[in-house]
Amino acid sequence: MNGSIPFALCGAVLVGIGLYGVMAHDHLLRRLIAFNVTGSGVFLLFGSLSALSSGGATGAVPQALIITGIVVAVASTAFVLALVVRLKEEDVDAPAPGAFEGSSEHDDHAP
Amino acid sequence: MSVIVTATTILLLLIGVAFFLAGSMGLLRFPDVHARLHALTKADNLGLGFITLALLPQAADVWIASKLVMIWLLTMLAAATVSQLIARSALHEEDVKQEPGP
Amino acid sequence: MAPAFSALTLFDVVLCVLIIGVALCSSSVRDLFAATVLLIIYGVFVAIAWVRLGAVDVALAEAAIGAGLTGVLLIGAVARLKITESPAAAVSRWQFAAKVIPASLGLLIASGLAYLVLTVEWRETLQAPVLANLPDTGVLNPVTAVLLNYRAYDTLLETSVLFAALIASWCTTHDDLWGERAGLRQHTRRAGILATFGRFLPPIGLIVGIHIFWAGADKWGGAFQAGTIFAAVWILAIMAGVIDAPNATGRSIRSFAVAGPMFFTFVALTGVLAQSFLIIPVMVAKPLTLAIEACLTLSIAATLMLLVLGAPRRSA
Repeated sequence: MNGSIPFALCGAVLVGIGLYGVMAHDHLLRRLIAFNVTGSGVFLLFGSLSALSSGGATGAVPQALIITGIVVAVASTAFVLALVVRLKEEDVDAPAPGAFEGSSEHDDHAP
Repeated sequence: MSVIVTATTILLLLIGVAFFLAGSMGLLRFPDVHARLHALTKADNLGLGFITLALLPQAADVWIASKLVMIWLLTMLAAATVSQLIARSALHEEDVKQEPGP
Repeated sequence: MAPAFSALTLFDVVLCVLIIGVALCSSSVRDLFAATVLLIIYGVFVAIAWVRLGAVDVALAEAAIGAGLTGVLLIGAVARLKITESPAAAVSRWQFAAKVIPASLGLLIASGLAYLVLTVEWRETLQAPVLANLPDTGVLNPVTAVLLNYRAYDTLLETSVLFAALIASWCTTHDDLWGERAGLRQHTRRAGILATFGRFLPPIGLIVGIHIFWAGADKWGGAFQAGTIFAAVWILAIMAGVIDAPNATGRSIRSFAVAGPMFFTFVALTGVLAQSFLIIPVMVAKPLTLAIEACLTLSIAATLMLLVLGAPRRSA
């Protein structure tokens, strides 16, 4: 079904946008958001290619793999967020230059 | 017969979309949180109501129709609760701004 | 032969443009909170795209996990970090290069993938063997069959990944706070609107979750989608002050979180005694699959809820 070509192209563009964000942003949360966009772009590309080759709906095996992927993505997102929050708390407790990626965060705690 | 049903659906959908459009305009144009909430909740609840009404004649059976109505009611409940909470936190922030604490 | 350019194709193209537009906005907007909200909107649009691709199970998972849960996690983190503005970018030559190089790399990869989409022809799929063996799996939903029967390995490891993520995020707890209740302390007025909402919605949410779980065997739904709905109901009840947040050292919450992987591993090992690792006999396929799914749903709900609450934090 060539009806899924727009979604496949959309997935390709999303991978590009997400990779740009992962590389270009300073803030860790922004990188994480971009990482999630990359992930769903890969899923969309994968699923629509399956629909493209079967000539109908997305197949059951790709669907199962994508659901697995979505769950693993949310698990890693949760872990990264826990790390980022802890990192920030360490930074507040004992401000040390260069401990946190965002450069202007230290302004509040400058001695 | 089916022409009348389809025409009714299209008409109700258009009314619903008009309400959504008005609500979104209000969300973008109004100056403060309370006015924006006012525009959003009023217009969206009515817009969603019209869209639900439009889809009811298209439902295959009573079960699907009742699911549609239930989704509408639950969305209204969630929207009402969330707008209350947003309005309250906005009021709280205005208080904090007016009397800066120690 | 369908017309080359129908109204549905127009819908698809508009949807794709919207998805890309929201992704770009989320990447470029200054306010971090706005970027998070745009990511949630993005997730909902992607879920609609999955419906258009005929992947309703993925659409449910994307709406519940990709949009809902990821959004809640990010909003919670933004609130804890209390940073709403990105650091103001100082304009320098290097700063400019730091945007241009990733942009060209992203463009290169996107156009490479688009070229593949438009030129390579894929023909083979696994759909025929999946459908041919479906009667042996005891379920009618092919996606559930792949998740719990054909590729049960993947699902067993996936639930272990989820469990490992929970333990890893517990490891970020401050030593002196270990043993406290998970997450920030919630302040809710007893008869307030949130408390009322938190009492009214959970029963409905439980029914919807059970429906999605039960329907998953034969139609659309399944353990992961239902587990996410249960987790959402649980979190709402905690936020509304209806029930207390669990304590990571509590025995019952730990057994909830581990029940699914444990039972799954147990089934896998009993298979060794009969024929080979992770075999689900055709005779008892339906009840056994449902039992595994029930335990998994419980564990997924508990694990996701604990991941969203996060490690115990000092109240500000």
